[in-house]
Amino acid sequence: MVNTAGWRALAAAATFVVFAAPALAADPLAIHVLYVEQKIARPPTLSNLDPPPPDLGLQGARLGIIDNNTTGKFLKQSFDLVEVVAEPGADLIAAARPKLAQFDLIVVNAPAPVLLALADLPETKGRLLFDIGAYDERLREEDCRANVLHTLPSRAMLTDALVQFLVKKKWPQILLIAGTTTADKAYAAALEASAAKFGAKIVERKDWTANADLRDTAAEEVPLMTQGAAYDVVAVADEGHDFGATIAYNSWDARPVVGTHGLVPAGWSAVIEPWGAVQLQNRFKTLAKRGMQPVDFAAWAALRLIGEAANRTGVIDAASVRAYALSDKLQLSAFKGRGLSFRVWNGQLRQPIHLVTSDNQVAVAPIGGFLHQRTDLDTLGLDEPESKCKAFKP
Amino acid sequence: MIGKFRLLLAAGLGLASGQWATPASAHLVYISNEKDNTLSVIDTATDEVVKTIPVGERPRAIQFSKDFKKLFICASDSNIVQVMDVATGKIAATLPSGDDPEQFDLSPDNRKLFIANENDAAVTVVDTDSRTVIKQFDTGVEPEGIAISPDQKWAIATSETTSMVHWFDVEKMEAIDNTLVDQRPRYGRFSKDSKLLWVSSEVGGSVTIMDVASRKPLKVIQFDIPGVLHDEVQPVGIRLTSDGKYGFVALGPSNHVAVVDAHTFEVLKYILVGRRVWHMELTPEEDKLYTTNGVSGDVTVIDVASLAPLKSIKVGRYPWGAAILPAGK
Repeated sequence: MVNTAGWRALAAAATFVVFAAPALAADPLAIHVLYVEQKIARPPTLSNLDPPPPDLGLQGARLGIIDNNTTGKFLKQSFDLVEVVAEPGADLIAAARPKLAQFDLIVVNAPAPVLLALADLPETKGRLLFDIGAYDERLREEDCRANVLHTLPSRAMLTDALVQFLVKKKWPQILLIAGTTTADKAYAAALEASAAKFGAKIVERKDWTANADLRDTAAEEVPLMTQGAAYDVVAVADEGHDFGATIAYNSWDARPVVGTHGLVPAGWSAVIEPWGAVQLQNRFKTLAKRGMQPVDFAAWAALRLIGEAANRTGVIDAASVRAYALSDKLQLSAFKGRGLSFRVWNGQLRQPIHLVTSDNQVAVAPIGGFLHQRTDLDTLGLDEPESKCKAFKP
Repeated sequence: MIGKFRLLLAAGLGLASGQWATPASAHLVYISNEKDNTLSVIDTATDEVVKTIPVGERPRAIQFSKDFKKLFICASDSNIVQVMDVATGKIAATLPSGDDPEQFDLSPDNRKLFIANENDAAVTVVDTDSRTVIKQFDTGVEPEGIAISPDQKWAIATSETTSMVHWFDVEKMEAIDNTLVDQRPRYGRFSKDSKLLWVSSEVGGSVTIMDVASRKPLKVIQFDIPGVLHDEVQPVGIRLTSDGKYGFVALGPSNHVAVVDAHTFEVLKYILVGRRVWHMELTPEEDKLYTTNGVSGDVTVIDVASLAPLKSIKVGRYPWGAAILPAGK
């Protein structure tokens, strides 16, 4: 089933002529943004207490539109969002395709293969896509696309943040328990790379192959799995939230749990309070009736970038927004304590990564002491010299 | 005999130190403690806390009425502005402030209080006599800084997420103009002659000097402290000396106050203070500057003549705002 819902029904295609011509900031400007989402069928998990909300990402985009309009009314700029959401099994490309030609700016909440298929369509050539839903490294590396910017951090950024924290705490010995899905394996690989990068050590890796419901027997099974080598922390790679919650307090040694569970590195979390974040959290809660999650934040940040480009330059065609995003003029203020900018070599939004528990922000990476010649934010994730991305080369 | 003499001496000393604590020249610095729901009162003669006063929830901006009989307190989480009777230290009245008041400014005629409502994207104007809302203006996202020009022509509000200065005509009570500035503007301060407006941008790491007549930026001051990460240089509070010599800019988590030449707008010096310095206040003689350091929970006293810190004074949790009650008031 395909839902095509617009906050404001789109009028004639003639409206979009303004995209082509630069407009002065003082001239009335209507900015239309397309939001496309491919929902995926989630594999069953041991516990179903906390399923992903059905409007994950979408509500962040909607809040971005609201915030942009609050600012826009002083500049005669209006923003609206047209939403195309494909349910699991439905074809997002087919649903979105008729609309693509009408939009310069497209927010994409989809797995990597769908995102790449969208980015490679003739209709999206020269348009600007914002990846808010895919953490995959390859989208920033060998499969990067010139028409895609990423406001969601990559997995390497997350695991680098976590390992910086562990090294700072002098807890470098890691026992890794990894799930078997593609995403879990990717998370585990990123963690291994981060450990190598910052001098931590994966003392042992266990793959979670148990297929029994361990909720009743975790107290017997997990201790067996976690004895042997000495370790400072148990790192869990379980992006689907299948078994990860059963590890804490069940390990053989009294050690903290980190990774996808326990102390979690994240682009955003509902527990973040400093830097005025409470205001953003409250606005989001009022709108969505739930806490703001990383994908919501990535969507909001993409919309805020579009808003900034419109406010500051008055020009909102894809090429201009892309040029503004990649310029040194951008200092996106996003409740993370510092201005954010994009990496010019792969279109990734540089950003602090938050190390959070379910009710507290423990630390923010980059952790003090990890330095970089450009900005310490570039200690998180793959750096320019090692980049395999060619599409952003001039 | 000796014992009695000692006792007398001690009593004499006690009396003397009691007198020193409140000599005629001593002012009182009121500090709002955001996470303690209190005010700390510092005596400027001794630079020690002499009193702690309980107030509403999450007190932030504080300001005296022009006759110093009342103290206005933004009790942000109580969603009111409290009016404290200064003589008794008791809350005498509350003003309707709109939701989540954070900063405000009082017009020189004592009549109009412009209040930023951070969660509502609005500025509420309250008549302080009738305690009624005169007007509400729409603003951008998260208005915070509020300033009224000394000549009472202009009121401004800074919207943090919108990165804009909103200009209001105080006489006509109309919104006149909006000017974009660097990211996350936190605070505005007019020069004594009302010709210039200084606006701090927290994430932009800058202060914009605006020409009030044209409402256009004249100069953007960038701050760069040797040995401090640039991202930690986050300008917030501003104070200007009335002789037009200095501008002081509190630089947040960089733990420094910048001293700016108010003629050339060059940065003269960075003064190390406590952690996450937010706001400041000058004594009436402008010989000392008191800074609120939120994270370290203290106040740094800066000697204006030497531009050097004199002392740190422990206050409550998360000191936010500062206001000075001059001696004899």
